Amino acid sequence: MSTVTAPPAARTTAATPAPEPRRRSPLAWIREHTLLAVTIVVFVFMLLPNAVILWMSFNRPVGKYDYVWNEFSLDAWRHPCANSEMCHSIGLSLQVGVVATIVATLLGTMIAFAMVRYRFKARSGVNALLFLPMAAPEVVMGATLAALFFNTVGPGALGFWTITIAHVMFCVSYVVVTVKSRLAGMDPTLERAAQDLYASPAQTFRHVTLPLVAPGIAAAALLAFALSVDDYIITVFTAGNLETFPMYVWGSVQRAYPAQIDVIGSLMLLGTMTVIALSQLVGRARTARR
Amino acid sequence: MTAVVPTPAAEKPVEPPPKERRPRRNLTPWILLLPGLLWLVVFFLVPILTSVSASVQQGDYDDGFKLTWHWANYVDAVTKFGPQYLHSGLYSLLCTVLCLLLGYPVAYFIAFKGGRWKSLLMALVIVPSFTSFLIRTIAWKTILADNSPLVRLLGDLHVLKLTTALGWTVGDHVLASPAAVVCGMVYNFLPFTILPLYTSLEKIDPRLHEAGHDLYCNTFTTWRRITLPLSMPGVIGGTLLTFIPAVGDYINAQLLGNPNTGVVGQKIEDLFLRNTQGYPVGSAISVVMMVGTLVLVMSYIRKAGTEDLI
Repeated sequence: MSTVTAPPAARTTAATPAPEPRRRSPLAWIREHTLLAVTIVVFVFMLLPNAVILWMSFNRPVGKYDYVWNEFSLDAWRHPCANSEMCHSIGLSLQVGVVATIVATLLGTMIAFAMVRYRFKARSGVNALLFLPMAAPEVVMGATLAALFFNTVGPGALGFWTITIAHVMFCVSYVVVTVKSRLAGMDPTLERAAQDLYASPAQTFRHVTLPLVAPGIAAAALLAFALSVDDYIITVFTAGNLETFPMYVWGSVQRAYPAQIDVIGSLMLLGTMTVIALSQLVGRARTARR
Repeated sequence: MTAVVPTPAAEKPVEPPPKERRPRRNLTPWILLLPGLLWLVVFFLVPILTSVSASVQQGDYDDGFKLTWHWANYVDAVTKFGPQYLHSGLYSLLCTVLCLLLGYPVAYFIAFKGGRWKSLLMALVIVPSFTSFLIRTIAWKTILADNSPLVRLLGDLHVLKLTTALGWTVGDHVLASPAAVVCGMVYNFLPFTILPLYTSLEKIDPRLHEAGHDLYCNTFTTWRRITLPLSMPGVIGGTLLTFIPAVGDYINAQLLGNPNTGVVGQKIEDLFLRNTQGYPVGSAISVVMMVGTLVLVMSYIRKAGTEDLI
């Protein structure tokens, strides 16, 4: 401190701005790098399990559980469907995911438009109805829905459609929230401008509103698909004799955990990264064209 | 209908023009709302309400359940599962706080220092979510296994002795302990905190920071007086999106915990699926849990001052 205060006394007029950045810089350096360090640590924390999954997919496990590293092997990658049950369960999960995503995105987007664009009575009631599925514990939703299916269509009817119905139910609210935030953040003057330029409501919707909301709808659909494919708890109660992929994984913890599961986990990661890389490339190409 | 409308329109020539701008004002929202809301009513609200009635029933799966207004189910639900309520509350609260503490710096960094890497970094936050969360949670079994590098390091640094003394870990093991459960929960819910935080931080004009500096605020004061208040919607949204699923979560407790880390969700599943007479008490616990969560969330929202959250 003494070294900093001394010079200004000697040359008061010329050097006044100089000490200030010099005094602040070490603190700022630490602060900036603390932020960077925390960010790096958290990213490692978030990505470490994926790295472990990739690593363990090349393992030849000792015993039935692929939890501890033993030796390198390509067996699991060479025969990913060595256990046909697993591949069947993946197929089922994908089918349910696609159907549930389409229905939930459609229903949710319609609700989001109604909520943002129109005034109507019972608004708070609708809000509560949308909020509750996100607030209710999954166990409760699953168990009560199972009771409903049992009492109406009977236990024999549990299967593809009951799973799908349940998945649509818990996805709708998330779709609404996602699309709504996109809609609410939209500049309303753009639509007014379109109408000033004699666009019909249908034309305005197709050429102005929809392109602007599309990223929100796409994000909502992705979210719904991820939620559906990943759901375990509600699915257990509504699946009957069928087994989705999360149910298969859960069961594996009790009987045997083959490295093939880690292969699937790695493929999910690689697939996601490919899609993101492609979208980045497309985005970069678009900005370059501008 | 169309035949009736023209007559009043002819009587009041001044009214129609403003009405023409929004001709479908009254019916359209309901047409848009109806299919989705109907779905939620039939497949969510009705079953939930059925469970409220089930919570005061008696019987078993073989003879069926009868509505006997058996309020003692609630006495059982509240008094018999003390440790489970405690664990669910404690773990989810801890998880929410830790997620906020870890997630805020990350969201801040991406929003303001991310530059051209912004979207890539956000993608990295979301990427893991597309791998099944069960597989990722089970991967922690490998990371926290007794002879893993991380656990050996913690043991060599004598950290495990401290955490075991505090009751967070058990002996030399990290796996099958409260610490592992909370670690798994934070890991699973962190993206739910970061996403809303990032959305609200990203909207903040960086020039406001410059303005803060121009008015002689240091970086911390600028953050406290400008950034934090503006990012409050993200903080509230993020903590809610974390806390609500965390309360009901029992996957982490089941996969990474031990019999002494039981949470409410496990008990509900047990009573529903593995106990022939458990359905009413299970329903009662569900009702208690839902009402409890709802009251907590509502008071939190009211205190935080954002009514129109969704």
